[in-house]
Amino acid sequence: MKHALVRVALCATLVLPMAAQAHKMWMVPSATVVSGDDAWVTVDAAVSNDLYYPDHFPAQLDQLVITAPDGSAVKAENPSTGKYRSTFDLPVPQKGTYRIALVNQGLFASYELDGKKQRWRGKADGLKTGIPAGASDVQVSEMASRVETFVTQGKPGGDALKPTGKGLELVPVTQPNDLVTGEKATFRLLLDGKPAPNLKVVAIAGATRYRDSQDDMDTITDGDGTFAFTFPKAGMYWVNASTEDGKTSVKEAKRRRVAYTATLEVLPE
Amino acid sequence: MRRFPFFALALISAPAFSADMSLTVEIPTLKVAEYHRPYVAVWIEREDHSVAANLAVWYDVKKADGEGTKWLKDMRQWWRRSGREQTMPIDGVSGATRPAGQHRLRFTDGKPPLGTLAPGHYELVVEAAREVGGRETQRIAFDWPAKAPVHLGAKGEQELGQIDLDLNP
Repeated sequence: MKHALVRVALCATLVLPMAAQAHKMWMVPSATVVSGDDAWVTVDAAVSNDLYYPDHFPAQLDQLVITAPDGSAVKAENPSTGKYRSTFDLPVPQKGTYRIALVNQGLFASYELDGKKQRWRGKADGLKTGIPAGASDVQVSEMASRVETFVTQGKPGGDALKPTGKGLELVPVTQPNDLVTGEKATFRLLLDGKPAPNLKVVAIAGATRYRDSQDDMDTITDGDGTFAFTFPKAGMYWVNASTEDGKTSVKEAKRRRVAYTATLEVLPE
Repeated sequence: MRRFPFFALALISAPAFSADMSLTVEIPTLKVAEYHRPYVAVWIEREDHSVAANLAVWYDVKKADGEGTKWLKDMRQWWRRSGREQTMPIDGVSGATRPAGQHRLRFTDGKPPLGTLAPGHYELVVEAAREVGGRETQRIAFDWPAKAPVHLGAKGEQELGQIDLDLNP
């Protein structure tokens, strides 16, 4: 019973980033700005209510995609998934910016069988076998979410942040590891590689446990997909945007939900 | 015969024509349970905060496997404005950490690491970061070249002591 509840909660979190406002998925690296060729970082990845306290569910590390400054794929070291969080280590020998992403692409279905509401979650190739014959009121939706953070050794830059052209992605105008209090930080959001205009972007500072309100900031992307924040305080910020459209990759799905989340560190001046 | 004294005078006064800067950085004595010598960076910034010259970087050069470079980013203003673009060690600039006390440095116009500064308004920046301690920056604004000898100074509060900057035309 408890297991089933947890599974439903996870589905809701992964599939309904808009609706599941209370549950936030994130990754937090131990450092975002590092020096020296021998540098490593360790990263926590979880789904939680409070930022950044693992209190709900670990992130699934099979979704992890790490890209080095030279554009190559990097494997996480010492991956581990616990009760409330997943962790992994990452050596950062290359100069430049590493992109660390949890990329989730899948389908979500609800249907009725024998008068009971059922849910299914999986990949496109599992849809036919996943929903039993005789199911009625089948509703399929597609989802594409990307949860990221960034780590830079030496000078920010490199090829890791080149957009893949799939889903919502962040393109730096200001380098994501070059953020300082009181300075305007500017980024662009792309949807399937094209500017994503008129999207609401929310930023919430971490350490939410130690204050009474969320103190979230929000802004809207302009016609070019560009948005900017001037972060008032140093710390980790959870930056999120999501949207919905009909650009599905399987014909059974009518709607597609797309979400992007980044953890950005802002350093004191 | 009359020309000789002139010639001698010119020779003697020649060094005075190349402007110089004399800097004293004080690392304060701190009464703390665990003390490590601070990392210190000294550099010159133009008005747009770009770095005109790195003058000194004191860090743990002897630690095995380049472990000492791991903490360079803790001098976070220097790291952002210049350090992250450097390859350590920097010849004639970087060196070992220094003990508490006054450290005198002298720089000559036209010679590394100061090089030739275009005439203008600058800031000398001193940043110190200490393991299990604090971080502090102090800035001294100056015009270059100095028209007459100038004495400038700043007083650190935590990780830096008295800083004196003397400019000679």
